[in-house]
Amino acid sequence: MHMIENGNVAAALGVRRCRVNVIAAYPITPQTPLTERLSEYVEAGEMKAEYIPVESEHSALAVCIAASSAGSRVFTATSANGLLYMHEQVQWASGARLPIVMCVVNRAVGAPWNVWNDQQDSISQRDTGWIQIYCSDHQQIIDTVIKAYWIAEKVSIPIMVCYDGYILSHTYMPFDLPDQDKVDAFLPPFKPDYALNPDEPASLNTVTLPDVRVDVRGELAHGYMEIRYLLQEELRKTLAVAAEAEKRFGDIFGREGDPYLESYRTSDADYIAVGLGSLTYQLRVSVDALRKEGIKVGILGVRFYRPFPDEAVASALKGKKAVIVFEKALSYGYEGALASDLKSALYEHLAGTGALPAVQNYILGIGGREIHTDHLTQALRAAIQGSISKEPVWIGLKL
Amino acid sequence: MAYKLEFFMSKDYIEIRWHGRGGQGAITAAKIVAGAAFVSGYAGVVMAPTFGTERRGAPVMTSLKISRTKIYDLSPIETPDIVVVLDHLLLKEADVTHGLKPGGIIVLNTPMAFEFYHFKDYKLATADITAISVEAGLPHGMVNTGIIGSLEKATNLLGIDILIRGIEEEFRTRGPKKNSLAAKIAFERTVAGG
Repeated sequence: MHMIENGNVAAALGVRRCRVNVIAAYPITPQTPLTERLSEYVEAGEMKAEYIPVESEHSALAVCIAASSAGSRVFTATSANGLLYMHEQVQWASGARLPIVMCVVNRAVGAPWNVWNDQQDSISQRDTGWIQIYCSDHQQIIDTVIKAYWIAEKVSIPIMVCYDGYILSHTYMPFDLPDQDKVDAFLPPFKPDYALNPDEPASLNTVTLPDVRVDVRGELAHGYMEIRYLLQEELRKTLAVAAEAEKRFGDIFGREGDPYLESYRTSDADYIAVGLGSLTYQLRVSVDALRKEGIKVGILGVRFYRPFPDEAVASALKGKKAVIVFEKALSYGYEGALASDLKSALYEHLAGTGALPAVQNYILGIGGREIHTDHLTQALRAAIQGSISKEPVWIGLKL
Repeated sequence: MAYKLEFFMSKDYIEIRWHGRGGQGAITAAKIVAGAAFVSGYAGVVMAPTFGTERRGAPVMTSLKISRTKIYDLSPIETPDIVVVLDHLLLKEADVTHGLKPGGIIVLNTPMAFEFYHFKDYKLATADITAISVEAGLPHGMVNTGIIGSLEKATNLLGIDILIRGIEEEFRTRGPKKNSLAAKIAFERTVAGG
């Protein structure tokens, strides 16, 4: 069934379709309408879930960690400083290997205070051991929430489903609401190997020593380092699981794409624009304009950011003349995090082959600065004409 | 009124900017038109409110883009084909014609007569939606459904019937008939030209 709603409602409907048992969240702009909508579903009895209002984002994720440890399918959502306030629990959730799904409605972080969109919040959580997936429209938001539970529960790793604040969260567009019976066929009930149970008590994630040791059962237990190594190993293996999820989703819902990257007019392109989220859709208008002039340019939207699909990225960019990375966040003191990751993948897979493209990094849309399509076109044109800088260039800066 | 069809016959992409005040329901009105456009075969409809600074009574804007194909550019409208103004006093507070394409249409809720206004290069449609809405039984100041009738009269974009159905669906628990009546009366009484 098609409907016209905003991105927060698309996310809320996805959560409802996944039959989530426990929701704990603290409101923050622009995430607020998402959690409000979920509380309405629970209040009206349309969702058989426990909605736990909390006094902070830190507690929201703490509640999710506890409920997930007890075997519940859980959900939370936040933005910006709320996510930063959660940070300690964010690390805990991945270390504890809990399949929590959280929507991050991307917003600029303070200071100074700003409620508008950029992606500094989720990018700053890149190294926390969570899977990160970025969405470009409402269909991707609702579909990704559904896929995220399947992937998270398969690999026991939490997932951030990221979408642009306001630009997607508050904008209305049509999308297909997946049928409940199809979602049920796609996503079986959550049955963890172990769930906290008073009849079978256990202590979870207590002090774990630097070295391995024999546990109370007389078995050699992992040390901290083994546990952390396995998180990394299984995150890398998640790329294959995501491909499986995409295939399974396509079989049931008839919508299937590349699980990691969304390409647009790339096959014959000499130049490729790269980005995360709704920006990669806006770039299509610029690419179409440049194509009319005979300039062979395409777009690579990175949907799966962590684990990073380095091989797929390098393969898509091999032999291109230039890669132009547009980012709404940066690793302060160097450059955009995506640009660095991308260069690393290019070096790893293409060094010495003569197929290494030049890389230009643009920073834009910080704190909700309006992104004009003609500015994107100009920036692409400049890089295509050979203007490649060592430092990232800021678009739309008024200094 | 001959301009109506010529203006839109060749258009696969229409941009409508709504000017209202916080609390006046411009977003709901734009959403109703978006829904009617979608069921009329416009696969791409995108409605984006101004972000983050809404307050009751303050001037607010909403962008509505309607396209035959999926819309990928979610940025705000810069050169609208149509502007809809829910309160005539906004003419003094906001530059409502900013970027409006030459030959574009202004749909205005005003108690003043059509002849009172002179917009060079633009077409105008006026109605006293505030009075019409009270006549239809709505509380004073509820104008967001009546204005849809004026928009349709001025543009002949989607047909009044599909908009009436959209209004009654949106307001199914909040006086559907009074709201659709306001749109019907506005459709009949709107003066358009230019």
